[in-house]
Amino acid sequence: MVNILEKVKKIISEQLDVDESSLTAETTFEEIDADSLDIVELVMALEEEFDLEISDQEIENIKTVGDVVNYIESKL
Amino acid sequence: MTGYRLDGKTAIVTGASRGIGRAAALALARAGAAVVINYARSEEEAREVLAEIERFGGRGVLVQADVTDYKACEKMVQCALDHFKRIDILINNAGITRDNLLARMKPQEWQEVLDTNLSGTFNCTRAVIKPLLKQKSGGRIINISSVVGLHGNSGQANYAAAKGGVIAFTRALARELGSRNITVNAIAPGVIETAMTAVLPQPVKEQMLSRISLGRFGKPEEVAEVILFLAAAGTYITGQVIAVDGGITM
Repeated sequence: MVNILEKVKKIISEQLDVDESSLTAETTFEEIDADSLDIVELVMALEEEFDLEISDQEIENIKTVGDVVNYIESKL
Repeated sequence: MTGYRLDGKTAIVTGASRGIGRAAALALARAGAAVVINYARSEEEAREVLAEIERFGGRGVLVQADVTDYKACEKMVQCALDHFKRIDILINNAGITRDNLLARMKPQEWQEVLDTNLSGTFNCTRAVIKPLLKQKSGGRIINISSVVGLHGNSGQANYAAAKGGVIAFTRALARELGSRNITVNAIAPGVIETAMTAVLPQPVKEQMLSRISLGRFGKPEEVAEVILFLAAAGTYITGQVIAVDGGITM
């Protein structure tokens, strides 16, 4: 579980150019100024890392780092 | 032709077997780009383009794909990545005409022109966008529209609609992708000496000629020069439509 959070944080920090240590499960994408194209790029990276497909509807429900982790855990 | 260099870059040129696409493929390859020479049906002519590129020591690969088929476009992009590891430039050039006055235009003539000229542009751009974003090194998308897409032309309602659509698509994408340093521009050629315009009746040609300020039709190479400029330079140009038409429009 912790492993996935760490992986997700690493991908987010790389994709969105934010400090990994500043990210928690509660961090919202709004807080780190991610726009819609940032989210699409993040989803592309997550899809590749975890070998899954995230639908447009599912993307809309993703608001925080924790949402990403929960979503990935539900799919693995 | 110019001092522009594209060494280490990869360009996909759709409809590269003839006309403007052929001239673009040659110009980009001469500037050092590895070129994906796309064609739908004219395999023989596409081979000649590759042979010419190889004669001057350039790099290229032939990829057959009908741009109306999204899956085929995806395969083309994969092929480009397999061969050249990256993609930097997409030239959406593949186009057809099915001229007719609207009162005589068959729905099929409308659809075929929309499918190739407009949906083909979407298909190739959609197929290329993820690799382009992933590379995080910017990119160039150059769409070949037409002065007909800007100003209309009798007997070309289908072509005008498709090429006008290409311009609107260009502007929307330029806004969408600017933050990633991907520029998106359109070129609007006037009457260029290609197989597409060779079929025009002589009276039509003469009538067009009378409206061209420079008093002659353009050559594919003259459009390719602008394509090369946008691909290799043009760092602060996006969302624009550049007419290359000898002054038929102003």
